[in-house]
Amino acid sequence: MTWDSWIIATISRTLAYGTPLLLATLGEIYAERSGVLNLGVEGMMILGALSGFSTAYATGNPWLGILVAGAVGGAFSLIHAFASVTLRANQVVSGLALTMLGLGLSGVLGRRWEGWPLMTPLREISVPLLEKIPVVGPAFFKDQNLLVYIAVLLAIVMWFVLYRTRIGISIRSVGEDPATADSLGVNVAVVRYLCVFVGGVLAGVAGGYLSVAYRPSWTDGMTAGMGWVVIALTIFAFWNPLLGLFGSFFFAMLFYLSFSLQGVLSPELLRMMPYILAIVVLVAVSRGTLQKRMGAPSALTIPYTRGED
Amino acid sequence: MRVPNWLEIERRPKPSAWVVLGISVGAIVAALIVAGVFFQAFGVSPFKAYGDILRGALGSKLGITETIRRMIPLLLIGVGLTVAFRALFWNIGAEGQLLVGAIAASGIALYSGLPGWMLLPTMFLTGFLAGGLWGVVPGLWKAKLGINDVITTLMLNYVAVFMVEWLVHSPWKGPTMRGFAYTDPFVPAATLQTIAGTRIHWFTLVFGVLAAVLLYIMVKRTRVGFEVRVVGENPHAARFSGISQVKITVLAMLISGGLAGVAGVGEVAGIHHMLLSPNHISMGYGYTAIIVAWLARRNPLAVILTAFLFGVIMRGGDVIKVSVGLPFQMVDVFNGLILFFLIGSEIFIRYRIRIRRKAAV
Repeated sequence: MTWDSWIIATISRTLAYGTPLLLATLGEIYAERSGVLNLGVEGMMILGALSGFSTAYATGNPWLGILVAGAVGGAFSLIHAFASVTLRANQVVSGLALTMLGLGLSGVLGRRWEGWPLMTPLREISVPLLEKIPVVGPAFFKDQNLLVYIAVLLAIVMWFVLYRTRIGISIRSVGEDPATADSLGVNVAVVRYLCVFVGGVLAGVAGGYLSVAYRPSWTDGMTAGMGWVVIALTIFAFWNPLLGLFGSFFFAMLFYLSFSLQGVLSPELLRMMPYILAIVVLVAVSRGTLQKRMGAPSALTIPYTRGED
Repeated sequence: MRVPNWLEIERRPKPSAWVVLGISVGAIVAALIVAGVFFQAFGVSPFKAYGDILRGALGSKLGITETIRRMIPLLLIGVGLTVAFRALFWNIGAEGQLLVGAIAASGIALYSGLPGWMLLPTMFLTGFLAGGLWGVVPGLWKAKLGINDVITTLMLNYVAVFMVEWLVHSPWKGPTMRGFAYTDPFVPAATLQTIAGTRIHWFTLVFGVLAAVLLYIMVKRTRVGFEVRVVGENPHAARFSGISQVKITVLAMLISGGLAGVAGVGEVAGIHHMLLSPNHISMGYGYTAIIVAWLARRNPLAVILTAFLFGVIMRGGDVIKVSVGLPFQMVDVFNGLILFFLIGSEIFIRYRIRIRRKAAV
């Protein structure tokens, strides 16, 4: 393979693989920004993948599949929102339960489609004109999924909402100091429910992308731990959607390289990198001013009770 | 929270053991009912399914021994987790701690060149230390740097998973295994004796029960156990009374990680006799043990019971796969449901909820 075709393949595959990571990470960023840690990403993604596949398979309409995937992911996340916001249960345990339940349900419900390909996948598109630019064109604008560009756009929009609008201020204040937010008239419970729901919808769409577009088929456990990479990415991105954009594609590149560089570097060690990097980031920002400016939302995992305890 | 006026909610000062037990059993029953609806939806009578599970797990010698085989790692890890959870350290990393224990034991078994009689003791010791190290490091990160324990222990699980994958695919891949991703089999001196005709490596089981008893005495009767509780329940008080948070966290995580490591030694030395793919070694014991410890309400002795219960559930997964043709993932559905009902029911332990009589209004 020549150098430029190698670069084109790397960028193009990185975009394709990074998209589900990005979608789910954006969702988790919003949930955690509002103070709710959701370790159920893997479970929501896999249910999204299954419902997306089965819908697209039954109707022949891939976009309907993506839509249903998002709806199922969102509905499923409400269990976690109910447990952690309304019942004030332990978020860590509730999130783990969500993942177990999602993996279990998808394994049982999906068995009849196990290994089936999807004949009506989401079509890849090429951007007219831009695809003609040498190297850049085929790398970024040829044979990609529309969802890739939607995800990138979404990252920018979600960054804008979080940092430049009143809604964003509400979300961040609920995650940092819910008592003050409450006294200023922000409904803490509603904000948290909505943010967890957004997280669920995006995780579901990410799963749907996997089974309807990226690898149009259903196999049990096809998310293969991606949900945990998303948890790592959320930290790596300092809970910032734009850094999430960078991080998702960076991790996706590592993942692609772990396959294309087999023989040079062992793929297992490369696939270990996201997790190690997440730890390195946590250790690096654990001290000093960085902690204040870029650390986790202060009220993360802490249930809010008005004027009690 | 707004409460309709026919309901009365008050804090329970100190829930009695019977209340806790009753509510826990209620949560499990509720989970079984929901799972039963699920069975019904698949055209399988829940009564038949549960009957099969009980018969398959407890109704024969094979059933009971397989249940106990599943129980062993859950017991070891669950007991350790009760100590970590008491110190309010969220050790989600038992899965990884189990795996590094398995790695350490395999390294000794295959490459140490030790004389036969020294192999097993060394494997247990290094397995304990490896698992302990995998727990103590995030413990120090939390105690010294304030880094979130949930995330670091979780990430370390995956580091351990890929470490095992790498070892069995590259440097430790057994030359005699013809392309499979296994190490060579251990020499017999590095394998654990099992009760004849079963897969119960009894030494590890005894070790687990002993650990449960000793840790129960430790948390209930000793100064250290008291300090663990104070650090968990009231870090401020701990600081004022001169209890070292670092010392207690390190101790709790050494015990928790170490016991998970021992569980890993038991699985490779007692069952597989080699290092192999991580999901064959563990089947998620490290995660299931979280429910085991949670259900035991962080009481090490109660873990003997709850670990057995989840041994039944895991065995039940094998049984219904054959008897009604539902996949093993039914176990995950069960586990998830039980966990949700458990944490959901905790509000009933913390609060007493009564319907107010009209006259009282």
